Amino acid sequence: MCGIAGIIHKKAGKGVNIGQQMTSMLQALKHRGPDSTGYAMYGKDNGNQILRFKVAEAADLEGSYDIHAIIKDRLETVNSRLTELGVKVVKKESPTEYAHRYEVEFSGDMKKVADFVEDVEGVEILSIGNSLELVKDLGDASVVSDQYGLNDFNGTHGIGHTRMATESDVDIRSAHPYWAYPFSDVAVVHNGQLTNYWTNRRSLERSGHRFSSNCDSELIAVYLADRMSQGDDLETAMKGSIDYLDGVFTYLVATKDQLGMAKDVMAAKPMVVYEGEDMIALASEEVAIRTLFDHRIETFDPYHGEVKVWQN
Amino acid sequence: MAELRKETSQEMGLHDEQLKGRTQKKFFSIDESENLTYFHSFDVDTTKSATIDALDMTPREINREIRELMEKGIGDITVDNPMSRHGVGVGILNRLNLTFSDSLGYFGCGLIDGPNVHIKGRVGWSCAENMMAGTVVIDKNAGSTFGAAIRGGDLVCKGSVGARTGIDQKGGTIIVGGKTGAFSGFMMQRGRMIVLGDAGMNLGDSMYDGTIYVGGEVEELGVDCVQADMTELDVRYLTEKLALYGMKTPRGVEKMQKHTSGKMLWNYANLEPNEKKLIL
Repeated sequence: MCGIAGIIHKKAGKGVNIGQQMTSMLQALKHRGPDSTGYAMYGKDNGNQILRFKVAEAADLEGSYDIHAIIKDRLETVNSRLTELGVKVVKKESPTEYAHRYEVEFSGDMKKVADFVEDVEGVEILSIGNSLELVKDLGDASVVSDQYGLNDFNGTHGIGHTRMATESDVDIRSAHPYWAYPFSDVAVVHNGQLTNYWTNRRSLERSGHRFSSNCDSELIAVYLADRMSQGDDLETAMKGSIDYLDGVFTYLVATKDQLGMAKDVMAAKPMVVYEGEDMIALASEEVAIRTLFDHRIETFDPYHGEVKVWQN
Repeated sequence: MAELRKETSQEMGLHDEQLKGRTQKKFFSIDESENLTYFHSFDVDTTKSATIDALDMTPREINREIRELMEKGIGDITVDNPMSRHGVGVGILNRLNLTFSDSLGYFGCGLIDGPNVHIKGRVGWSCAENMMAGTVVIDKNAGSTFGAAIRGGDLVCKGSVGARTGIDQKGGTIIVGGKTGAFSGFMMQRGRMIVLGDAGMNLGDSMYDGTIYVGGEVEELGVDCVQADMTELDVRYLTEKLALYGMKTPRGVEKMQKHTSGKMLWNYANLEPNEKKLIL
């Protein structure tokens, strides 16, 4: 099953508390997927890059006596590699022992940074961007939100996911959202199953793209990254995905200033949209959107094969 | 198309598409009335009214409250603030006037047999699934699998609906004021579907029987679905049916397209066991 949700404010100004709004929607979708919860939210761009990465899985903490020393070693290696590449870390936060947030000053090739950091065993870059903050962990939305302090997150838009693991493990690696490596500020959440995952994955890997998990949803993020690297804008890339992806899917994608939605040609996965003057909210079920309002709202279901993109 | 061979069941009016419906003609005999009373159905008085404020109630609490009111003989119930919750208004097996003042989530009003339901909002997926009799009228839009496997009654959405509307429909009438999505009427077996707007791709795919009327454009017909000629009976039926719900098509019912199954796929001559008991 899985639940997905997104929100974009057209007139956010200094930003609204989308952390609380996303948590409220994702918690209402908990019954669609209790295994893990993820957020990709877009906050204020202060000119620095935000690097979110993990150095271990949550489950690793329970599986090894020397994991704490391993985590420490990995983190030190990451720090030294960042220094080696000339990346200046201006702020460090560690919501958990294994998940870290670095605010960095760097004007060079971030793909090179990502590749060098991910080369450290057990390390995975969750996201890189000027305003993207990608957080995902095991548990429901209230657990993850409390763990990472997301209830006070101000921003303009975001997407999120509650996962019911089907074809891959219950771990952070397989949790959504997926960052569209190497594009900064692009993230994807997906509800559905893709049946041409391995064929297309092999093809994209031959073109030089990297996959960090065995989760079929990652294919969408990598495909969009591939199309945009060849000059497509977001909407064109998404329209291309309708034919490229085989299976059933509804997915959301967010960039620095856009939120997009695409639905497969059989319309097999749900999506409900509220389109207001100042705000657009989308979710797998209307019950999630209703948590944001204390009054009646007008909503609609997008149609099969439909792609929609909103700008903030 | 060659004239269809009359099987025993057809001769007895089981699926000859008579407007009165087969169950009324054959099964509802006064002598068998005790067999037609459900456990948990209530004798209610529609002049007695009550309102439920569902703002802080779970779906189970809402359904229990509706049942308790029916037990008291109340036959006109309004549910305020349903908040798009799933699975409410289900399993009602007697006549009842039930109004929801706002939208419902998934599986609203499923497994019902008799009530007249008015939803003053939209509904999520699978509204009125397996409905047997009664009416469900939705003022706004509806999600996918609208009226899945319904066997009787009228299911009306004044707005547009999602994909797979009337999938596995076995009777009754589904009316859509706007457009309907892909695979509507998929594996339809009996009954009627009336779509005043456009229909998405694969309309009536793998349908066995039944009739689909479309007022707008059809994106693509599914396998086994063919266009048929509108008759005077169709026009009269559509005019009267739509008038019941204050609906009309801009181009007039005469210009609607009629679709039926192109192949004789059914095996209705092999009656279900309890049908055999009643007929043979």
